[in-house]
Amino acid sequence: MTHASVTVPCRLQINGQGYAADLPACVTLLDLLRERLDLTGTKKGCDHGQCGACTVLVDGKRVKSCLVLAVSIPDAAVTTIEGISQDGRLHPMQQAFIDADAFQCGYCTPGQIMSAIALLEEGHIHSHAEIREFMSGNLCRCGAYNGIIDAIERVVAQQHSNQAGAAA
Amino acid sequence: MNVISTHIGQPVSRIDGVAKVTGQAKYAAEPHPPGMLYGVIVNSPIARGRIETIHDTGAREVPGVVEVMTHHNRPHTALFEKSYMDGLGVPGAPYRPLHDGEIHFNGQPVAVVLAETFEAAREAAMLVRVDYERWPHNADFEAALHQKYMPSKTRSNYVPPKPRGDAAAAYALSAVKIESRYHLAPEHHNPMEMHATTVIVEDDGTFTVWDKTQGPQAVQAYLASALSLSKDQVRVRNPYVGGAFGSGLRTVYNVFIATLAVKMLKRPVRVTLTRPQMFTHAFRPEATMDIALGASRDRALQSMIVEGVTDTSRFEHNMENIVIWGLINYKCPNAKADYKIAPRDTYTSSDMRAPGAATGVNLLEMAIDEMAYACTMDPLAFRLHNYSDSDAMHDMPLTSKALRDAMAQGAQHFGWHDRSMAPGSMRDGRELIGWGMATGIWDAMFSPTSARARLGQDGRLHIATAASDIGTGTYTILAQTAAEAFGMPLERIDIELGDSTLPECPTEGGSWTAASAGAAVWLACHSLRKKLIDMLVKSKNTPSWVKQDAVTLEGGALHGMTENGRVSLSLPDALSLAGHDMLEAEETAKPGLRGKISQMRKARFTHSAVFCEVRVDPELDTVRVTRLVNAVAAGRIMNPKTAASQIRGAMVMATGMALHEESLMDERVGRFMNHNFAEYHIPTHADVPDMDVLFVNEHDDEVSPLGVKGVGEIGMCGTAAAIANAIFHATGRRYHNLPITPGART
Repeated sequence: MTHASVTVPCRLQINGQGYAADLPACVTLLDLLRERLDLTGTKKGCDHGQCGACTVLVDGKRVKSCLVLAVSIPDAAVTTIEGISQDGRLHPMQQAFIDADAFQCGYCTPGQIMSAIALLEEGHIHSHAEIREFMSGNLCRCGAYNGIIDAIERVVAQQHSNQAGAAA
Repeated sequence: MNVISTHIGQPVSRIDGVAKVTGQAKYAAEPHPPGMLYGVIVNSPIARGRIETIHDTGAREVPGVVEVMTHHNRPHTALFEKSYMDGLGVPGAPYRPLHDGEIHFNGQPVAVVLAETFEAAREAAMLVRVDYERWPHNADFEAALHQKYMPSKTRSNYVPPKPRGDAAAAYALSAVKIESRYHLAPEHHNPMEMHATTVIVEDDGTFTVWDKTQGPQAVQAYLASALSLSKDQVRVRNPYVGGAFGSGLRTVYNVFIATLAVKMLKRPVRVTLTRPQMFTHAFRPEATMDIALGASRDRALQSMIVEGVTDTSRFEHNMENIVIWGLINYKCPNAKADYKIAPRDTYTSSDMRAPGAATGVNLLEMAIDEMAYACTMDPLAFRLHNYSDSDAMHDMPLTSKALRDAMAQGAQHFGWHDRSMAPGSMRDGRELIGWGMATGIWDAMFSPTSARARLGQDGRLHIATAASDIGTGTYTILAQTAAEAFGMPLERIDIELGDSTLPECPTEGGSWTAASAGAAVWLACHSLRKKLIDMLVKSKNTPSWVKQDAVTLEGGALHGMTENGRVSLSLPDALSLAGHDMLEAEETAKPGLRGKISQMRKARFTHSAVFCEVRVDPELDTVRVTRLVNAVAAGRIMNPKTAASQIRGAMVMATGMALHEESLMDERVGRFMNHNFAEYHIPTHADVPDMDVLFVNEHDDEVSPLGVKGVGEIGMCGTAAAIANAIFHATGRRYHNLPITPGART
């Protein structure tokens, strides 16, 4: 028996849809998404947990999907870049990335966006420096870092004004 | 061309933005044809030698494995070496993947495992065992310097340095002198997307090759030639490219091997390199520059002597223009330079963002700063004092050089005039503050390029050219150009790029795409407009107000005047009147007679002035870049939003060059050993400050038809030097080796 032929049941919720299959235990969540489910929005940039291009949300928390074996998170809810727009409308973070020119080649972008969405949930948004520190697991070789921070701050500002509006 | 701008020059958001933020943009490793096999490449762990035996039994036993392809069982490929030349013009004997058993470099592919799943291919690749006969090798740059040479045939873009005056004599007589060896570590491009190829077998037996490349037509020509296929049999697509920075200028071995496997197995194949494999092909060469500068008591440069060496492989003669930049950019009556290449047993070094200038300009600008201090003169003032208004090396006038404005505006924005001269004299608490500056220069090139404009019954304008958008904003600026030229709203324009079947366009690189493809689109749109109106005038149903010079095209409709006032005709109606469902025009932009004369008589460059602040903790010896300002003179800026991103991105890469990036050679095995992002450090969010980009007004009708110079490389040139010079200003210590890592600082 070799690794690639040992299968284990895998059961997940991916972008709200149920997924169940017997998978080789060595299949990473990233390769499941990209190679078996055609969800290629999640990118492979190193396959070693060093670049962040493969960032997805697992039960609301950001994880590097290249470091997660698909069969190791039974019943988890996985959210990918394909799952954050609603009714054809872009998520505010997606729109902010476009407005702030927060990408060039676009390859690290889905990971940056997923990471940024989680960052807001975590609340690591008190300063420029804090945002930078907590986004540093997501590399961008085009060097769109200024735009990415700008995009995140735009969404933070929108949320604040929405909250202020709701409070008033 | 006289361009009035409603669209060109506007800060339009990227038109490919939605595709990229939703994950819908498809990159090379992402199409998934049915029945596709996964290929995983096995690389040589030795630098030089010969394969004795390949043991693939274990690999073949892994369920799902279909084939292990090696030089023993591969299908036929072209017989002659020259069939493997890839169009970049590097002289020598190109490396031929899986050609025979000889090993030329560490990391050379020796086998590819093809399997039904990626996991099976990966596992089986680890089980391939290869016996080698090992030959001696040299991968040490210092040792290679002893074998430096000038190849008899030089690279086509090589600019030989032209001496003037008597540099040696002038140096001997100079009142102020500095002399040192400067060094740049090798660097790897490391685009976030790894090189990958997916080959689809079409129903008619032809191959559609999705490849990560900067030149789909170059890859098509290479595959056809090297694999003995007809050009019609291969179509190469790269609509989205996850960065490249030069790593996709030459063909990378994955595309050859994937297509070869398809030729063998007649099934679709995907081959994706791993991140460590990204360190087995193109890299920026290691370089030394010996620089000697001499100045008179009045602080005028009198002598400049530059001797540079970059590394190449044992089988190809890669060359860069590293020694010429100071000779071009500074007024200095006596100057000479010499350049050689040093061979080692690695893969061939290659062009990486601003090839030649990133190395040569940054190292020279560190020396210029040192000379300014030797002359006890402010570094900005010293550069202005020795400013050249012409190309001083060729003694040629320039089409434009707004570098003085760039220096002035950059300095003003940065607050340079508040700087105190003495190193270590500016502090904030316990932190030392350093302010440094440098200037940048890069070519402004224009290459023949074709484009097609097609108007459809749906009222949309479709633009096509075989250009590649590697994150450069090409989709967007070409849409802006078409919108301007055809009087069309941006949202009714479709841009198609990244396909070898489209009108001819040179490989993307060197910052020439905006000027060249932009001009081609401009011409094609004007040609289409003329064609449409000509046809309308000939059609008897056309209203009489439609005449070539009497109508305007605006908002996607034709407008004119009659005695009853302003009248309009929608483009779909116009097409119907002209009796067509569709109308198209294709044009090629190239320098005409006037352009060619201008190219002979005038030199053309992009310029910049970069200002940097660093903060150094003297106890922890940490360096942080806290401010960067880059004032750029690059002719017409097509889109200030995407152009500023280009400059910022290059400044980030240059920050890596100054502080972080070095590919470390293990000379014993001839391998770059830090082949991953944990050990090869590229700048992260936390390393990068807010960067301000200023575009200086520079009107230049001569440099290219649209007055565009290009902005892809210039941000690299000077920025690393500005950082190094700021470190000197903070600490009083000069470092002559880049990157200036903590280890190098102690």
